[in-house]
Amino acid sequence: MPYLLVLPVIAVMGAILGYPIYYLVRLSLQKYDLFALLRHHGEYVGLQNFSSVLHDAIFWHTLLRTVVFTAANVCLTIGLGTLLALLLVRLSTWVRLLLTAGLVLVWAMPPVVAVQVWSWMTNSDNGVLNYILTELHLGNFFQHDWYASPFWQLTMVTTLIVWQALPFVAITLYAALSQVPHELVEAAEIDGARSWRVFKDVTMPVITPVLLILTSLSILWDFGVFTQPYLLIGPGHLVPSNYLMGIYVYEKGYALTDFGRGAAISILMLLIVAAMSVVYVRRMLKVGEPA
Amino acid sequence: MSRWFSRKHGWDVIGVLVFAFLVFPVFWMVSTAFKTDEQINSYNPTWVPSHPTLAHFSAALHRQYFWTDVKNTVIIVLFTVGISLVAAFFAAVALAKYRFAGRAAFIVLVIGIQMLPPIGLVIPLYVLLGRYGEVNTLTGVILVYFTFALPFAVWTLRGFLIGIPKELEEAAMVDGSTRLGAFLRILLPLVAPGLVATSIFAFITAWNEYIFASIILHDNSKQTVTLWLTNFLGGSIGGVDWGAVMAASTLIAIPVVIFFLLVQRRIAFGLTAGAVKA
Repeated sequence: MPYLLVLPVIAVMGAILGYPIYYLVRLSLQKYDLFALLRHHGEYVGLQNFSSVLHDAIFWHTLLRTVVFTAANVCLTIGLGTLLALLLVRLSTWVRLLLTAGLVLVWAMPPVVAVQVWSWMTNSDNGVLNYILTELHLGNFFQHDWYASPFWQLTMVTTLIVWQALPFVAITLYAALSQVPHELVEAAEIDGARSWRVFKDVTMPVITPVLLILTSLSILWDFGVFTQPYLLIGPGHLVPSNYLMGIYVYEKGYALTDFGRGAAISILMLLIVAAMSVVYVRRMLKVGEPA
Repeated sequence: MSRWFSRKHGWDVIGVLVFAFLVFPVFWMVSTAFKTDEQINSYNPTWVPSHPTLAHFSAALHRQYFWTDVKNTVIIVLFTVGISLVAAFFAAVALAKYRFAGRAAFIVLVIGIQMLPPIGLVIPLYVLLGRYGEVNTLTGVILVYFTFALPFAVWTLRGFLIGIPKELEEAAMVDGSTRLGAFLRILLPLVAPGLVATSIFAFITAWNEYIFASIILHDNSKQTVTLWLTNFLGGSIGGVDWGAVMAASTLIAIPVVIFFLLVQRRIAFGLTAGAVKA
């Protein structure tokens, strides 16, 4: 009986996901360009795609850049998200409701819409960011170009991603924080424990499992990010010095119609992600399967 | 007492400031959409337009392909939600109510697949869809979205089903129904909020998706709303009609925001609806 129930999902996932993954491996062993695409037939070249990717300095630079980018994004998201959750606990009800409503609104913004708003706010000619920073006397930002260098391009992508990811982290952590027994915190405070000690010894143990899940989720999402950097930096401005892994796959594989090579890069990327997701999947199994 | 008060007030002030800071981009989008071009293109910004204009909204609505792309998106979303819900429901029942060999492996598969970055599967899916003539068709997009919506739907529905106590099922079975009968008569109504929440999540995911839509759908008349919106910028920095872009962005965000608010309440309802006092 349970097999009958699971069967449709297995069949579908096998057909639409298993087959492409098998096909991905096959493609990675072929020279598969535009002509091959039209003929539906590539030429077997063994591991040539992999060795050419692994000998490509751009691949290693992109990987390193993506790791640094992911680390920065995850640290900011989790750090600020934790601060926000701790703030939520300390607010009076109406301010908490207000802030929660704001967080949900930000959370609900479609990423593509958020990108447009970011482009508009950071526009060099009449973007509101330059105006505000100049008015606050933080320097002369008149017609400042926020996308002048790869570092700043990726920094702007980071601000966008952190802004969109904060609500999920803050609201989930707030829910976890409200599970922390009140009496315990009060008892610790009466015993004269400093607020940092209370946080470390009473609060942390309760929220650590949630924090772990949120962190691994953020790592996986940020490592594979595509839409935000692709659209915010702009398809015309993507160059090897600002590639992230997702962009690299797209540019080398799809845009240059070198599908075999793109498949090889995809496999390397998926392997890295799979290795990282082991932690997350094991956590989810523990939390989701209490019995 | 007074010290406690001032401290609490201090936090509240910070809370309001953080709220203003976080919500500002959304406010700026809506506010820009109602401004005149003059106000938009001036270096000194207008915070709240005193004489709001609907010109940008009308420009966005009358822009070519808007309604076609809305129609395409709705078709894609309906098919994706419909098919994935039916398939996911049965799998979720199996996961929540039965122990069977291969169950753990299936769960790992369901969770693990959600973690794969979609961009990693763009190459094989594009080549395969091309092979079967499904590039530039809505069917191709539906197939892809369906695959990505399915694991999430299974996992979420399973969460709703687990919340339903065994006693309810057993009561139904004592009344003489079969296990499947018990599922359909007792579980289905109880899990309805879960089905609603799951379909809304699937709706939001499909409505927001960009990567696969942009790779599979080439014709302007066959695109989705996210592609329609990104076509506004068109790579040119100079002559962007920001008023229209912000009006269009607002229009596209509205259904998602409304549905998102619904899900939040539905999830809370769904989690309590199945509860029985022991």
